[in-house]
Amino acid sequence: MADIVVKTEDVVKEYRMGSNVLRALDGINIEIQRGEYISLMGPSGSGKSTLFNMIGALDRPTEGQVYIDGQNMSNLSQRQIAAFRCHRVGYIFQSYNLLNVRTAHGNVTLPMIFAGIPDKQRNEKAEKLLDMVGLGDRMYHLPDELSGGQRQRVAIARALANDPSIVLADEPTANLDTITGREIIDLIKQLNTQQGVTVISATHDLKMLDVSDRIVDIRDGLVERIRNREEIEIQVGEVGGHE
Amino acid sequence: MNQRTPIEEQIDLPFVESLRISFQSLKIRFGRSIITTAGITLGIAFLVSVWTNNEIELALQESGRSSEITNLDESVEQGISTKDIWLIIMSLIVCVVGIANSMLMAVTERFREIGTMKCLGALDGFVVRLFLLESGFQGFAGALIGALIGLLGAVILGLKNYGLDLFFYFPLLPARPENGPFQLGVLLLILLGCIIGMILAIIGSSFPAWRAAKLPPAEAMRTEV
Ligand SMILES: Nc1ncnc2c1ncn2[C@@H]1O[C@H](COP(=O)(O)OP(=O)(O)OP(=O)(O)O)[C@@H](O)[C@H]1O
Ligand SMILES: [Mg+2]
Repeated sequence: MADIVVKTEDVVKEYRMGSNVLRALDGINIEIQRGEYISLMGPSGSGKSTLFNMIGALDRPTEGQVYIDGQNMSNLSQRQIAAFRCHRVGYIFQSYNLLNVRTAHGNVTLPMIFAGIPDKQRNEKAEKLLDMVGLGDRMYHLPDELSGGQRQRVAIARALANDPSIVLADEPTANLDTITGREIIDLIKQLNTQQGVTVISATHDLKMLDVSDRIVDIRDGLVERIRNREEIEIQVGEVGGHE
Repeated sequence: MNQRTPIEEQIDLPFVESLRISFQSLKIRFGRSIITTAGITLGIAFLVSVWTNNEIELALQESGRSSEITNLDESVEQGISTKDIWLIIMSLIVCVVGIANSMLMAVTERFREIGTMKCLGALDGFVVRLFLLESGFQGFAGALIGALIGLLGAVILGLKNYGLDLFFYFPLLPARPENGPFQLGVLLLILLGCIIGMILAIIGSSFPAWRAAKLPPAEAMRTEV
C-alpha cells in the first residue's frame, strides 16, 4: 500500500464577513504520498492558500477532516498541534515571514529552541543548514540586510531545522525574479529528491511545473483535476514554445 | 524520520530561554521600544510631578513657610486640597490610558511575528509570557526615567515658588504616615511610580497579547498594520 502522508476528506472552509459567507474551499479530497512533490495551481482567489493553511494546521476547517501521517488533526490538543508544527512541517511563505528581530542564524535556531534542543547542538545545526542553502557568509545578518532570495533561503533553512517530513510552501517564488526563483525551486527540489521530504507548494510559477510529480489544479475551492508527471511534460513543452 | 509514531506534546520552554529571547528582541527593536516606552515615560512623569509637587506644598505648609512666601488662598488651610486629589486622579487616568494605548499599538504591529512564532512551534502561553517580560522591562525602565523627569519638573517648579527653602524642607521621606498616599515622601513615590508603570505596561500588553496568541496562525499572519 502506498504511504499516504496527507489526506483531506471533504474539507470545507467558510469565511464569515458580517452576514456574508464566503466558501473558500468547497469539499477538497486529495491524497498525497510520502516523498511526492505536489504543486497546487489555480487562479488568484481559488483557495490555494486556504488549503495550505488547512494542511499545515495553521487554521481549522469549517467541515471535513485532515489526516497527516494517519492522524486526524481535529483530534489533537493545543500542545500536540504546536509540536506538530514544530517537528513535522516546515513552512515557507511568499513574504518569507522571518522574524526581523533575529539574525538569519537566530531565525533558524528558533524552531530548535521550541523543540528543546540544547544550545551547542542547535547552533551547529543552524550553521550547517545555512551553509547548505548558500548563506554561510551571511549567518549573522538581520533579515533587513538580506536580499529577497537570501531571505527565502533563510526561510528554507529554518523550515528544515527540525527535520520535518513535509515542507509546505505558499508561492515561495512569487516575490523573486526568474533566476532567483529558479534557484529557490532547485533548492526545494533538491531537498525533495535527496532527503525524501514531501513538498506541497502553492504556486503560479510555471517553472514549478517541471519539478512537480503531480499538479493539483484548484478552481473555486474545488479540485478541478490532477495531472501527473507525463501529462505535465507535454504541457511544459507547449509553454516553452510560447515563450 | 519516524512518521508512524503518534504526535507528541509540545514542551514548555525554560524561563531562561524566554528571558533571552525577550532581551534579544528588545535590543534589536531598541528604537521602536523607545517610542513605546516614551508613552509610559510621559504618563509617569506627569503623575510623579503632580504628586511630588503636592508633597512639596504640604511639606512647606507644615513648616509654616509656604503661607509667608506665597499668599495663595488654598495653601492657607492645612492638608490636601480637593483640587490636588483631582489632579492626581486625573494624572493617573492619563497614565493608564497612555500606557494601555502604547502597549496595544506595540502588540498589534507584531501580530505577524506572533503568527510566525506559532508556525515554528510556540505555545500560546509562551507568546504571552514573551510579551509580559518585554513589556515589564519596558514599563520599569520607562517609568523610572519618567519618575526622574517628573521629579525634576516638580523641583524646578518648587524652586520657582519657594526658592532655596525647598531643599530645607524637601519631603524625601514620609512626613506624616497617617496621611496615607498623599504624604509618602518622594523616595517612596518614585518607587511607586516605577511599580505603577510596570504593572500598567504588563496589564496593557497582556490582553492584546493573549488575544493574538489565541488566534490561529493563518489569521495572525494576515494582519497587516
Ligand atoms: N481570512 C479570510 N477572511 C475572509 N476571506 C478570506 C480569508 N482568507 C481568504 N479569503 C477568501 O477566500 C478565497 C480564497 O483565498 P486564498 O487566499 O486561499 O486564494 P489563493 O488561491 O491563495 O489566491 P492567491 O493566488 O491570490 O494567493 C478568496 O476569495 C479570499 O478572498
Ligand atoms: Mg495565496
